[in-house]
Amino acid sequence: MRNKERIVITGIGLTAPNGNNLEEFRHNLLSGVSGISNMEHRYIGTVHAGICKYDTLKYQNKKELRTSTRAGSISIYCAREAIADAGINLDPALASRTGVFIGTTEHGNVETENEVYNISKFNYDVKYWTHHHNPRSISNNPAGEVTINLGITGPHYCIGAACAAGNAGIIQGAQQLMLGEVDLAIAGGVSESIHTFGIFASFKSQGALAYNDDPTKASRPFDINRNGIVISEGGCLYTLERLSDAQKRGAKIYGEIAGWCINSDATNPVLPNTERQTDCIIKALNHAGIEKEDIDILNTHATSTKMGDIQECQAIRKAFEDSSRFPYINNTKGFIGHAMGAAGALELAGNLPAFVDGIIHPCKNVDELDPECEMPNMVLREPVKADVKYILNNSFGMLGINSALIIRSL
Amino acid sequence: MTSNEIRDAIIEIINEILPDGDCAGVDPDKKLRDQLELDSMDFLDIVMELRKRYGVEIPEADYPKLATLNSCVEYLTPKMK
Repeated sequence: MRNKERIVITGIGLTAPNGNNLEEFRHNLLSGVSGISNMEHRYIGTVHAGICKYDTLKYQNKKELRTSTRAGSISIYCAREAIADAGINLDPALASRTGVFIGTTEHGNVETENEVYNISKFNYDVKYWTHHHNPRSISNNPAGEVTINLGITGPHYCIGAACAAGNAGIIQGAQQLMLGEVDLAIAGGVSESIHTFGIFASFKSQGALAYNDDPTKASRPFDINRNGIVISEGGCLYTLERLSDAQKRGAKIYGEIAGWCINSDATNPVLPNTERQTDCIIKALNHAGIEKEDIDILNTHATSTKMGDIQECQAIRKAFEDSSRFPYINNTKGFIGHAMGAAGALELAGNLPAFVDGIIHPCKNVDELDPECEMPNMVLREPVKADVKYILNNSFGMLGINSALIIRSL
Repeated sequence: MTSNEIRDAIIEIINEILPDGDCAGVDPDKKLRDQLELDSMDFLDIVMELRKRYGVEIPEADYPKLATLNSCVEYLTPKMK
């Protein structure tokens, strides 16, 4: 990396449909435990979804939960867990030098839909519209709720980056530390999207919403019988610090943010662009100053759509075509569905323990590999043992946003 | 509704809005906001719930009449009878 400041991950707080802390999440990724079930939704009926079951009253009281948002609740849970994990004492001086940077795919749909539904019961009379709507639905809500809950007086905002948002939040946190704007970044991504019927309805209209008689089999990236996305909620926030600060306080270090790239397709709002995805991976490698052969794990974005999975595989094959060693390839969405704004951050967290235990978790639900998704070194069904020094984490999103984030073991 | 029923309805709404508490022990003649952890946003929620559940309209000018539990009952009785 060009800048001299090295940025490291010192704490992880997460909630996924199959785990409410890193240990539980990792255990379930290695044991093949799905987090997908059915839920009933207004207007659309039964859908498959990844629902998080964390303790909502662990860090908020009933009133705070009532007036705030699900995205805020997830963010607060993850931020508090990350700080506890990092062993950080957030005193007022540090709180004023702490920034909260949270990636989101979208925000405000849940609150808007709920209020429209509410006034529909009152003949659409807007005097029944809640005064909580604005603070709930503004774009900085999840990050702002964290600052209020934790007394953080440094900067906060959300990064709207579609389904690349988890990576984008981490990158933003690293950049703010490198610029010296903050001394501690709480960064990552969250999503509450399962609580808005519109996301399900839109994917359904697009022919991209998964269905299976067994909900745990519905999300199946790379499998020949995949038929769409399972939408999930979740969150994963990291505490990021400059390496020198982390070493000074003797912090546990999960890994170093070695390099990244965010680029744009500039072609289509929905359809991916293989060439730009390849570019993104190669630019991230260049940014990290490493060779293709250095990557040990590549965690794919693949969401279980017919074309999206194939195109990402094409992009990866192209990026590594002249490499003498192909990275191990895995995917997390078969376990937890597509956690949207949280996806990149959560999927990275699921792989970070590989630096220590040398185990690469497999994909899930690949009963028959789609020949068009075939790549060398795919970890399809059983975990693989390997020395892991570098992880490359892909996350792509609508409007043609691509991100690749590289983490190095220290 | 009787005065007692109106009192119960108000207590039920306040209990839902309070952080974790129970307003059963409040002095009915003392200001609610001096005894309970209620802020101005919570007060708007109480007004909204009365509107939604009982169709009661409370003009802003009348908000001071809802200061205590007893004054609430007195003010709301003709509207919720």
